[in-house]
Amino acid sequence: MLNKNKPFSLHLDPDMLRPATAEEKEYISKMRPSSTFFKDGVKRLLKNKVATFSLIVIILVTLASIILPAVWPYSYDKMLGVTPGRPVDSSYNNLAPFTYGKTELKKIAAGEDVFPHIFGTDSHGRDYFIRVVYGTRISLAVGFFASIIVLLIGMTIGSIAGYFGGKVDLAIMRVVDIIYSLPDMLVIILLSVVLGRVLNVEGTILEKIGSNIISMFIVFGLLYWVSMARMIRGQILSLREQEYVLSAQATGANGKWIIMKHLIPNCISVVIISTALQIPNAIFTESFLSFLGLGVNAPMPSLGSLASDALNGINSYTYRLIIPALSICLIVLSLNLFGDGLRDAFDPKLNA
Amino acid sequence: MSSKMMFYILKRILLAILTIWIVITVTFFVMHSVPGGPFVGEKAISKEAQAALEAKYGLDRPLMEQYVTYLRDIVTKFDFGPSLKLRGRMVIDVIMDGMRTSAKLGLIAAFGAAVVGITLGSVAALRRNTVLDKTIMVITTAFVSMPSFIMGSFLLIIFSVALGWLPANGASQGGLILPVITLALYPMAYITRLTRSSMLDVLGQDYIRTARAKGVPAKKIIFGHALKNSLIPVITYFGPMLAFIVTGSMVVEQIFAVPGIGRQFVSSITNRDYTMIMGTTIFLASLIVIMNLVSDLLYKVVDPRIEFD
Repeated sequence: MLNKNKPFSLHLDPDMLRPATAEEKEYISKMRPSSTFFKDGVKRLLKNKVATFSLIVIILVTLASIILPAVWPYSYDKMLGVTPGRPVDSSYNNLAPFTYGKTELKKIAAGEDVFPHIFGTDSHGRDYFIRVVYGTRISLAVGFFASIIVLLIGMTIGSIAGYFGGKVDLAIMRVVDIIYSLPDMLVIILLSVVLGRVLNVEGTILEKIGSNIISMFIVFGLLYWVSMARMIRGQILSLREQEYVLSAQATGANGKWIIMKHLIPNCISVVIISTALQIPNAIFTESFLSFLGLGVNAPMPSLGSLASDALNGINSYTYRLIIPALSICLIVLSLNLFGDGLRDAFDPKLNA
Repeated sequence: MSSKMMFYILKRILLAILTIWIVITVTFFVMHSVPGGPFVGEKAISKEAQAALEAKYGLDRPLMEQYVTYLRDIVTKFDFGPSLKLRGRMVIDVIMDGMRTSAKLGLIAAFGAAVVGITLGSVAALRRNTVLDKTIMVITTAFVSMPSFIMGSFLLIIFSVALGWLPANGASQGGLILPVITLALYPMAYITRLTRSSMLDVLGQDYIRTARAKGVPAKKIIFGHALKNSLIPVITYFGPMLAFIVTGSMVVEQIFAVPGIGRQFVSSITNRDYTMIMGTTIFLASLIVIMNLVSDLLYKVVDPRIEFD
């Protein structure tokens, strides 16, 4: 390197001729830290601005839906106008955003602080903001757990079919074909109609969740595992035949090594991606069913049932429809974009 | 038609029939597993009255016998039995009444979605990476990730609540415009994306280069070679599109109060009209299975390169 202060001078910088320090020697002798498949993927994911932003949105929304109901002064099912032993105070029903009921106005006049109703209240006098937050929590939980159920069933059956092959595979795949050709939404509606009545959850811990949500999980478990199973079977079938598996076998690797180092890392990315993309799908279905009145049991809200309730007062309380609708759009869109980002980052076949 | 093709078509038809039979069977036994039966839970009715009602609808006979009768009536007479809640009406009549409106709604939506989608998709592919292409892609991405009831609600808010241009009630004059648009937007966006990617694929093929090299005019290349070949994958979407329109119409007819089969289905669920639920499920499911079959077969017939297995 030449002298920086005199760029045209041919004199060498005497600093350059000094012996290397211990630190510099260390840097040169050490190889760069090796990167794992997972680290590589995360690095690529964080480089994708859209996916990172979506991830932040998802985390914020999830945290808000978990924390806010615990610290908020109102609860999702408390009708504010109803006090035991007194007539119902209807001034609490259908409050506009940032307005207050009669007794609250008295308190404010007396100098007390009253927490505002950010989105007003609904027709039963329940704080609408916390209902939307709670509905978001329900929708996210349904989406998340439904995907886990689908993942577990699909992965088990898919790997059994792929691993054993032969007659087992053939039988499983015929069942998959038939379930695949059933119109899923109609079957889901039919089963939720019936399961909601067949399941008897009164008096158990499951009562609070409601029979409709449980039936929704059962339906997801029964129907949506097929595409997951099909994909994992295909993955395992093709991975078993890959050259690197053959070469690992030829160099004397044992079964455990091949499974841990070759099959699982190659399979797991596809599994993660499709589970991530399954979540918005499940949220879609849940909100659709709740919109038709087959979803969560009242008074528990979900974004779909909030939107469907709001349809009745659409002329006077338009914002009550817009808020849950925008929430669903935000959640589904960010989950989809994040899933796309995951696919780009973790699918090794797309690496150029 | 080769024998291989005949065999394939026969196999697919048999699979479709099997699927419809499974739908009927599952629907029948699932609906009959509801505890208490359809007449429990309303007003308290006397034992005799309930027995008389069950005898009238044949619910007192053994389950297998009821099943065989039900299946036979559907296959031979296309008869789904009487409605339990709408006095004196047969299920099939109610379905056909609803279908008159819903079919109009669905067909216009499907046709519009196909025409607009294919046009936009081709334009986007031919003007790749221009502002026009990017605008089309952003808008269609937004439409694809929006549930139909949200789309319907927004259209309702904008065009009938805020602007007051179009009626909110589907039964009134011009009331079908908003429901049709709501139903069509998702398939339209999907077809646009499908056409764009398949058109881009086709435009990179050798035969397009050959046609260009021998001096075929651009118009003929686009309409004669590119468009024709890029529509093949779009055909496979027609089955799923119908399934989407059928389930979407339940929500859309609910939002806009359209007197169609989707609304009828939802109200039969809330009324616990068991025979209506069964009949409508079977009818719509069969419709979807048949449309899937037709679009799959059409796909194989149109593209001679596809092999039959």
